[in-house]
Amino acid sequence: MRKVYSRIESIAGNVITVTAEDVRYGHLAMVTSSHGKSLAEVIRLNGTQVSLQVFTGGRGVSTGDEVVFLGSPMQVSFSDNLLGRIFDGSGNPRDKGPGLEEDLIEIRGPSVNPAMRIIPRNMIRTGIPMIDVFNTLVESQKLPIFSVSGEPYNELLARVAMQAEVDMIILGGMGLKYDDYLYFREVLEEGGAMSRTILFVHTASDPVVECLLVPDIALAVAERFALNGKKVLVLLTDMTNFSDSLKEIAITMEQVPSNRGYPGDLYSQLASRYEKAVDFEGAGSITILGVTTMPGDDVTHPVPDNTGYITEGQYYLRNGRIEPFGSLSRLKQLVNSDTREDHRGIMDGMVTLYANYKESMEKKSMGFRMSDWDQKLLRYGEMFESSMMDLSVNIPLEQALDRGWEILAECFEPAETGLRTDLINKFWPKGRAAGADEESA
Amino acid sequence: MSQSRGTVIGVNGNMVSVEVEGEVALNEVGYIDTYSGDERRRLKSEVIRIRGSRAEVQVFEMTTGLGVGDHVEFTGELLAVELGPGLLAKVYDGLQNPLPELAAQCGFFLDRGVYIEALDRETRWRFTPKVSPGDQVERAHTLGVVPEGIFEHRVMVPFNRYGTYTVKEVASEGEYVVTDRIALLEDSSGTEVPVTMMFEWPVKRPIDVYAERLKPVDPMMTKVRIIDTFFPVALGGTYCIPGPFGAGKTVLQQITSRNADVDIVIVAACGERAGEVVETLREFPELIDPRTGRTLMERTVIICNTSSMPVAAREASVYTAVTIAEYYRQMGLNVLLLADSTSRWAQAMREMSGRLEEIPGEEAFPAYLESVIAAFYERAGVVTLRDGGRGSVTIGGTVSPAGGNFEEPVTQATLKVVGAFHGLSRERSDARRYPSIHPLESWSKYTGSIDRGMVEYAREVLHHGDEVGQMMKVVGEEGTSLDDYVWYLKSEFADAVYLQQNAFDPVDAAVSVERQKYTFGILFDLLTARLNFGQKEEARTWFARLRQRFLDLNGAEWQSDGFKELVADIGKAVGSVRAGVEDNAVSIVGEMR
Ligand SMILES: Nc1ncnc2c1ncn2[C@@H]1O[C@H](COP(=O)(O)OP(=O)(O)OP(=O)(O)O)[C@@H](O)[C@H]1O
Ligand SMILES: [Mg+2]
Repeated sequence: MRKVYSRIESIAGNVITVTAEDVRYGHLAMVTSSHGKSLAEVIRLNGTQVSLQVFTGGRGVSTGDEVVFLGSPMQVSFSDNLLGRIFDGSGNPRDKGPGLEEDLIEIRGPSVNPAMRIIPRNMIRTGIPMIDVFNTLVESQKLPIFSVSGEPYNELLARVAMQAEVDMIILGGMGLKYDDYLYFREVLEEGGAMSRTILFVHTASDPVVECLLVPDIALAVAERFALNGKKVLVLLTDMTNFSDSLKEIAITMEQVPSNRGYPGDLYSQLASRYEKAVDFEGAGSITILGVTTMPGDDVTHPVPDNTGYITEGQYYLRNGRIEPFGSLSRLKQLVNSDTREDHRGIMDGMVTLYANYKESMEKKSMGFRMSDWDQKLLRYGEMFESSMMDLSVNIPLEQALDRGWEILAECFEPAETGLRTDLINKFWPKGRAAGADEESA
Repeated sequence: MSQSRGTVIGVNGNMVSVEVEGEVALNEVGYIDTYSGDERRRLKSEVIRIRGSRAEVQVFEMTTGLGVGDHVEFTGELLAVELGPGLLAKVYDGLQNPLPELAAQCGFFLDRGVYIEALDRETRWRFTPKVSPGDQVERAHTLGVVPEGIFEHRVMVPFNRYGTYTVKEVASEGEYVVTDRIALLEDSSGTEVPVTMMFEWPVKRPIDVYAERLKPVDPMMTKVRIIDTFFPVALGGTYCIPGPFGAGKTVLQQITSRNADVDIVIVAACGERAGEVVETLREFPELIDPRTGRTLMERTVIICNTSSMPVAAREASVYTAVTIAEYYRQMGLNVLLLADSTSRWAQAMREMSGRLEEIPGEEAFPAYLESVIAAFYERAGVVTLRDGGRGSVTIGGTVSPAGGNFEEPVTQATLKVVGAFHGLSRERSDARRYPSIHPLESWSKYTGSIDRGMVEYAREVLHHGDEVGQMMKVVGEEGTSLDDYVWYLKSEFADAVYLQQNAFDPVDAAVSVERQKYTFGILFDLLTARLNFGQKEEARTWFARLRQRFLDLNGAEWQSDGFKELVADIGKAVGSVRAGVEDNAVSIVGEMR
């Protein structure tokens, strides 16, 4: 029989304090109040003073409520029964299915020994040219989408979820608008992907502490599936909400903030989640694609800033498109040499020309004269934007490369593209002037 | 020191409060007894504050499951590393646990409370004595040597053996393991002191057994042109690389760890991505060091506490790294320590300071941030040893400033103490101008291998070209004079062919000092020449062509036929438009002749 404590000594924000013995750091307790039951986690021990963070919040908790310590840290059930299911941030069902209690695993497990890691080597195809061609997603990569609020980042995530060549998807929603939650559910169900998906969803109206648990639960489950040989894609949206929850809790705990109210350990907190991305040699892998909304479109804001220091590149979503500038997959060079021989050439060549287009646009807007070359670039830029960058474009890598050549041939002479002669000879669309150009070297 | 015991009375994250029975020292190591599941685990920790009988310790592991009443055993020893043969080619965590060995024992994950001896106890080393019975020795005196890779590893009197000793016995030539006794010393009072091939040294105490510390003057060649020519680093000096995320700090350090002209490289991966260490870890054993014909791994030690590993050990990791560096310096070697990123180390300090509820300074960093950073870089230096030899520790640290803004405490504190500043710029990295070291904002107090006057002149050209470029954005090309336009083209040219360097080109990746002198000479000749163009378009095409040749030259094997041809070509091209010397270059060109 577990001991029941019925004297809560203080309640501040989401944190309650009780006097208790034999309590262990990081373990759970059940708090029973007139509003129902809530889990709470031990976050500080000071003699017999035990501080707990109540998952559903301190609101409505009264000093006479009961606290029972459960003798274990936060755990989550792990089995194939999770597939197709939807849970909240505490791991309780959000759908009409049964609660799962069997095969409990701990969340926030130890990190992978760096000596056991391998150099990433597999591309993950998404059907989105701005990803596949220009900033290839790599298995075991951790990559955020940097976005201003209002951009279709959840649509982008949903598309990647539907199209990515992976075994299963785990979606962690944090502070998700209820509509967005319904949207994800609908897209996954309609696309027939639900059976290989698990959702852990914290919505904007749920208690703030549960928001913090979402990535931990999602990644703990992902890790088990990966160890069992599954190629798992974890989608986390929106990590800025996660960070804001950290901030809120740090401030109620009276921690000294370091930067714009965020706690000094924001970097470590984010890193311990993102670093769960891994490729287990001889088993499966975890790839993390997150969303980080940038307050005020400011990339130096602490959340995108710390994220950028942790992740292996980023996708900038702006005006409904993934920007070629600023976006970077730091792992792409590990895989894009083995796709098709013109992949790197097209990637570099088209982006360079697009940069030139931007310069011409700038000149144009300042009223400088447009040369013939500028005119060509203007035409190219528009075609590039509409038939490559637009998010509605949905074609496999090879087709996207072919389309790249077509756009180039439509706008330029071979020599003007700066591409290597051998590539031009091989790939320049038939029926157009090619090869003959001596100056292309 | 005695070995005290204690009891846990509080837990706050990775800081644990302990009621101590007996004596305890600051930085002393203690083990907290706990259970992980059903297994008993002893978690390593370090005392960071003492008040009366209450000590605060930082735990180098996750503290989940700790409780009030848990037992603590203090060791009487400060946080220390093992020093002896067998450190090279090792991959350690921040507390010197060998990670591959840990993996062999625990599998994919880093289990709590598993500690493995840093030096392998079974490897046999071929020992050759260098002293004879009756010799007088003191600490750091070489008792004998063992071969370690390409080096002669000195087996020395432990650095913590103060005073003078007489050698009573020394092992004869033969094979020994690190724990074998290889000498017996006797102190002045007649007490016998057995000595093995290994000993421990507390990481937070600089190794100070040299005769004299010298001013760093000899350049340390990194083979990166912009560094060696414009912002050189000296052997025994210090430098920092601040830059926003993705600007190229890690790539620059990786290149340096391969190519730098030093004997030993210590890579301290401090709070950054595990994936980046893996590249070094997997590639170095395959890469042959052209100078030695052996793999790069054999001259490298990796200390790795990546961002998801426990934060307290991150703080320790840079000290572990610098202590090992100092140890090899003691053998007359040039050691380079590369720390990526010192900001993560500073953040670890900040976290602990917050838990200790110390009064915070700027951005919540502790008030002692500056002095701790200064003390760390002070451990670099070139020294003469007691036997007359010379060794050095050079330290290069990356800094990851919040928002990429250098006006923040860690960057500022670091800039106060280092000898060179390689500031990476977002603008340059966005434009893929790698390495993205800013040519106008960076600086170095050291002297490089290339004539200062010439370098200064090139900097002036870059500066002037930059001004013209800024102006041109406003007034357009039409509003710029031909003269100014040519200055602009010259500076862009120098940037493209000299400052930028292709890290992935087999030849261009590492450029020797002779080659730098030579190609810089060609560049200097062009920069100082007055060039005769009829109009801007002509100038631009001419420079574009020349740039292509120069880039080809950068990719050509040093002194190969192709190389010589290209040099001749370039000379001819410049000759065809040369019309004397620029006015501002008359005196310096005169000097050169
Ligand atoms: N010298 C270089 N040549 C070519 N590409 C480079 C070079 N330096 C950096 N890059 C590119 O920039 C990317 C980021 O570089 P790097 O990892 O060194 O950045 P960083 O400054 O260490 O960033 P962070 O602070 O996030 O760790 C690399 O993955 C690579 O694509
Ligand atoms: Mg880096």
